Amino acid sequence: MSTIGTAPASLLRPADRLGRRRIVNRAAEGVAWLTAAVAVGLLGLVIYSVARRGWSQLNLDLLTKAQNPYAGPGVAQGLANAFVGSLVIVAIATAMALPFAMLIAVYLSEFAPRRVKTSVGLVLDVLAGIPAIVIGIFVFGLIVVNHGQSGLAASFALAILMLPIVFRTTMEVLALVPQSLREASLGLGVPRWRTTLSIVLPQSIGGVLTGTVLAVARVAGETAPLLFTSSIVGAGISANPQHALEAVPLAIFELSESPYPTDQARAWAAAFVLLMFILLTSLVARWFAARSKRKLGRGR
Amino acid sequence: MMGIVTESSSIEPAVRVETKRQPLPPRERLETVFEISDLDALYGSKAALKGVSMEIYKNLVTAIIGPSGCGKSTYVRCLNRMNDLVPGFRMTGTIRYHGYDISTRDVDPVAVRRTIGMVFQRPNPFPKSIFDNVAWGLKVLGMKDGLHERVEKALTQAALWDEVKDRLKTSAWGLSGGQQQRLCIARAIAVEPDVVLMDEPASALDPIATQKIEELMHSLKGEYTFVIVTHNMQQAARVADMTAFFSISRGEEGQRWGELIEYDATEKIFTAPSDQRTEDYVTGRFG
Repeated sequence: MSTIGTAPASLLRPADRLGRRRIVNRAAEGVAWLTAAVAVGLLGLVIYSVARRGWSQLNLDLLTKAQNPYAGPGVAQGLANAFVGSLVIVAIATAMALPFAMLIAVYLSEFAPRRVKTSVGLVLDVLAGIPAIVIGIFVFGLIVVNHGQSGLAASFALAILMLPIVFRTTMEVLALVPQSLREASLGLGVPRWRTTLSIVLPQSIGGVLTGTVLAVARVAGETAPLLFTSSIVGAGISANPQHALEAVPLAIFELSESPYPTDQARAWAAAFVLLMFILLTSLVARWFAARSKRKLGRGR
Repeated sequence: MMGIVTESSSIEPAVRVETKRQPLPPRERLETVFEISDLDALYGSKAALKGVSMEIYKNLVTAIIGPSGCGKSTYVRCLNRMNDLVPGFRMTGTIRYHGYDISTRDVDPVAVRRTIGMVFQRPNPFPKSIFDNVAWGLKVLGMKDGLHERVEKALTQAALWDEVKDRLKTSAWGLSGGQQQRLCIARAIAVEPDVVLMDEPASALDPIATQKIEELMHSLKGEYTFVIVTHNMQQAARVADMTAFFSISRGEEGQRWGELIEYDATEKIFTAPSDQRTEDYVTGRFG
């Protein structure tokens, strides 16, 4: 280190106070870095342990063959029925929740008076906080008691869970659409509904997709609502939502209680597939979000 | 009601302000487009404007000048009911447009904005192609016959056609700020409004882009009536036939609201204003 001009070297070296500050700073940085590393490490550990225990059953049979509860150990079987069931249930739940959530968000963001906006927004936030098992019991009392279990009942329960998530992200992305674009359209004498449909919504579709994908990732792993609504299932692969359908989280739950080690390994393998699905959809959601932000950003 | 503009036609300016402006026609030959009387505008319980009364004449450029916070944007946005979008906004008084009060609740603001167009402070083209920016409004409003000709005419009038005719299909967001603003003007005049309101249209633009916009206002005022809000006095002096000076008044309990101080021919406002406050403002002595 060279000395600057004639400044005494002592000026360039941190004195007591400054030295202490530097140590505190280093320590704080270190703690922050450590906690971040622990979080990342936890995720890695979860993925690793799930993959290791399910490794023996992580094969193509898992995805193509159905469960066979009457076959003893040694017979190849998979969880195709659970994957198909989960797919059907989540798809129907999305079809139920998405239009609802979008319409509520569009109404609140574009048309509703401020008071309605804040109060309905609060109600939906409360809905987001209701435990999944309570939603499960609610749907059980509403549908299952009279009509029996079905994939549709399960979809309905999951849709209630998805609704506030899709709603919140849609609201956020609608708020990002610059007010100046709305004014440009309204200033031409274009009615409000047309402005919303042709100018505002196309700008926010990326964000709506992000919210939907996040919500799908969130409910795909829900177990509690399915216990009440779609847990007593027949054998074989079925995609008919009028009957109870097997689902991945349920299969994991059931298989984990089995006395056979292969069944337990299959539970781990299913957990691994579910984990990968959620990771992947979250990544897709992030990609959508980044893309739509870029698109909006160009408008400045 | 003639208000404060009664003598505007008889004024001979003492000093000529550098402009291409023609002398004002006599008062009797001017046709009134807007007749605003006792306009109060409030955001919640806070008054933004009090007691504005003035007339705006056809085929003239009318400038609204004044310091920041004097309510000039609020005022011009009252004229096409744009403030309806602001939560908590209210206005009282009357705004007669060709004799018809457009400030009442039963008047459809969409219909008002259809004939009274607007250009905003910051260029706000749609995220569409240059062509579609102009054509979209035409399509939505059912003016589909001769779409291409209409778009070309509007872009020509906005002095933009030559610059964009070879890239009509490219995104409007790729244009420069000045070009974007002229595109917004083209979009506004394509749907053939009667009045074009401009809320500080050049405040985000460089001097050359500003000059182009001033020139096009000058060349288009035969077809439209322009009302332009500007904080730039030179701009008002260059483009406007009539100028209204707004200022901030203060109440005893510290409330502030905007008020119309003086409204007259531009020459008169800039060379021989009748109110001391106007003189202080146009001579730069405003505190």
